[in-house]
Amino acid sequence: MTDASRPETSPRLAVIGAGPAGLAATLAAARHGLRVTLVDAAPEAGGQFYRQPAAGLGARRPQALHHRWRDWERLRDGLDRHITAGLVVHLRDHHVWCVTRRRSGFTVHALLGPEQERPAEVRADAVLLATGGYEKVLPFPGWTLPGVVTAGGAQAMLKGGLVLPGRTAVVAGTGPLLLPVATGLAAAGAQVAALVDSADPRAFVRRSPALAAQPAKLAEGARHAARLLRHGVPTLVHHTVVEAHGDQRLEAATVAALDTAGRVRPDTRRRIGCDTLAVGHGMLPHTDLAEGLGCRIDGVAVHVDDEQRTDVPGVWAAGEATGVGGAVLALAEGHIAGRSAAARLSGREPDPRGWAGADRARAGLRRFAAAMDDAYAPPAHWAEQVTDDTVVCRCEEVTGGAVRRAVTELGAGDVRTVKLLTRAGMGWCQGRMCGTAVAGLAGCPETAARRPFARPVPLGVLARAGSADDEQ
Amino acid sequence: MRLTCDVVVIGAGMAGAACALYASRAGLDVVVVDRGPVAGGTTGAGEGNLLVSDKEPGPELELALLSGRLWTGLAGELGDRIEYEPKGGVVVAADPEGLAALERFAAGQRAAGVTAENVGADQLHELEPHLAPGLAGGVRYPQDAQVMPTLAAAHLVRASGARLSTGRTVTGVLRGASGAVRGVRTDHGEIHAPAVVNAAGTWGGEVAALAGVHLPVLPRRGFVLVTEPLPPRVRHKVYAADYVADVASDSATLQTSPVVEGTAAGPVLIGASRERVGFDRSFSLPPVRALAAGATRLFPFLSGVRAMRTYLGFRPYLPDRLPAIGPDPRVPGLLHACGHEGAGIGLATGTGQLIAQVLSGKSPELDLTPFRPERFGEETV
Repeated sequence: MTDASRPETSPRLAVIGAGPAGLAATLAAARHGLRVTLVDAAPEAGGQFYRQPAAGLGARRPQALHHRWRDWERLRDGLDRHITAGLVVHLRDHHVWCVTRRRSGFTVHALLGPEQERPAEVRADAVLLATGGYEKVLPFPGWTLPGVVTAGGAQAMLKGGLVLPGRTAVVAGTGPLLLPVATGLAAAGAQVAALVDSADPRAFVRRSPALAAQPAKLAEGARHAARLLRHGVPTLVHHTVVEAHGDQRLEAATVAALDTAGRVRPDTRRRIGCDTLAVGHGMLPHTDLAEGLGCRIDGVAVHVDDEQRTDVPGVWAAGEATGVGGAVLALAEGHIAGRSAAARLSGREPDPRGWAGADRARAGLRRFAAAMDDAYAPPAHWAEQVTDDTVVCRCEEVTGGAVRRAVTELGAGDVRTVKLLTRAGMGWCQGRMCGTAVAGLAGCPETAARRPFARPVPLGVLARAGSADDEQ
Repeated sequence: MRLTCDVVVIGAGMAGAACALYASRAGLDVVVVDRGPVAGGTTGAGEGNLLVSDKEPGPELELALLSGRLWTGLAGELGDRIEYEPKGGVVVAADPEGLAALERFAAGQRAAGVTAENVGADQLHELEPHLAPGLAGGVRYPQDAQVMPTLAAAHLVRASGARLSTGRTVTGVLRGASGAVRGVRTDHGEIHAPAVVNAAGTWGGEVAALAGVHLPVLPRRGFVLVTEPLPPRVRHKVYAADYVADVASDSATLQTSPVVEGTAAGPVLIGASRERVGFDRSFSLPPVRALAAGATRLFPFLSGVRAMRTYLGFRPYLPDRLPAIGPDPRVPGLLHACGHEGAGIGLATGTGQLIAQVLSGKSPELDLTPFRPERFGEETV
């Protein structure tokens, strides 16, 4: 594994997450003097964005489902080269549950195996968190019916399994993911009965100077829009899904127009038959590992400086974990983080001129992401659609009414107290699914939850974890 | 000046909720004020132990026995809503020396009114079938019980009928010309009352300072582990006998006392560690690892069970390990009900009852001398 030009004593960086940010960081760090251990939960690199079909499926043209295929090929080839050269170790199927600080350096604690029950510990001089994001889910009556999926879930099925999740689909919610999901489903042969967007992307195009500065994004949007037209997908803007219907599984969805205040206009309700309803409302950053390390979190994202450093020495972060902004922004942030880590771990002051291009891209794309956030917010009064008997927390089967009563009758004022009083967010997903919904129903701001375990860990593993380390 | 109410209780945790309940039931008009939500401090980070088993004879045990009787009374009206479970405790000893010490300890407790039944090694597994083999024996404490602390605090406040004012920070204690309390100043206006109860838990020292008096409440950090939901396998509150020694210890080093118990909702709770590290909220593996190690030693089947989450809280303690309960002679009208360390849920009902008796001019049913808040000196703040 060792490389003649890179002694065993050169600093080691652990990069957690092999999506766009993690791959860009790995390549930059390896190219500039570090040994890198790339730790990732998936069997193949790429993350959610470059998710690959399982090899056994023998897909002939997986790129048909991806844009930016050339970026991916460049990253994949670079990774292969660095692995061959012994500069990068790629640990697949490693599910990281915690990162701890030692007196000097860090230990990454992971679980292996189909049951995620075997421990593995990776030691490094520094860590770079590229943990990505997860989908924001908002409940509505009927959302737990089989056939209702998240937009990202539908896309993952398309990219990973090449299976068509249903035959007649409605794609709904808000955010930039809806267009590619709708066109992807249509291209794969589904009839997309409607694309239902609670925002109006045209208004966004008109008012956003940040978009005008992103011709590539404009072109990408135009390509998707043209594909929608080609597939004859009707688009309903300023509309929202009010309810999903079905007995055993999804049979139809009721959609309605929104007024200017973001409230449903009851007279506009209409029913659309469908067996698949893909709903997306954007993404949230994965911050568990950063929180466990004590990194500062701003709102729901990991705080970083211009070099992508967190406020904990030796910990960098890049990509969606530091604020959701898409794969191209993640590439730029990952590159900068990798360059910074390479310089600082080698005892050099980094020269930002070395990554001026990435810096410019990052600035523009962050402005773009902020504008997108403004344009693609869920309807202001979405919580009013959640009836008292709608299940909000699926794991613990907590209803909207129970959450409301915790606030009005029992004095809960934040997501944590609602959780303690109702059990919403105490189940397997630890509130990743219902956190936004509970905050919305309780009328309190959404904050990053404290989850020192990024995933469940067997007590037998925990009882020995890091016992060989000199933790602080 | 017009009064807002008879009593302001600062703190909507378990102690404040119990003070509000018993004061209201004594006929007083109560306002509970908290800068956070209900149970937002240590209460929401606790396990809900109502224990007599871990207390040696003395004032704390008397308070625990009084509190236990009051909890039993409350269980009749609120039992299910606060997940009250009179499950009893089982303390086990690994070796004959430990068992002898435990049995001596239990004999002393029996003389003080505790029900404690010696359990031989052969009977342990009838009580707890999944316990590790080879233990020397134990003691069963039927009076030990459990509540879900956040639910308990919220429902006691609600049952009290007191006005609850959350998200409101007390910024000063108002005092008249004579020095007596006449209410509190908050970031949302003043609340006028002739009595103020400091039930601010770990932050009780800060509230005392607002009234100009010294009360040295300090935080002790405790982690609790929560497993995935399981079918009922742990029937009692089960812990190793060294827990008793830990509770009475003054050591600043890490001590871990794996109390293991099932919950009504299914998860097993394991806790809590005890560390003096100030208000440090960051995750720390060593105490959590020690909890897991201790729990799996007691119940080997737990090795394959997953910990879903861990949470931490800051238990408020005073230098002599007893809470501050009762009127503060340095500031007429100020009462304290804080500093219960890891036993605050269990001791809250007795504390609330005693405070209510003082507030309504009755003589308290326990001698408050050991708990008097001025016992740490007159140091001005």
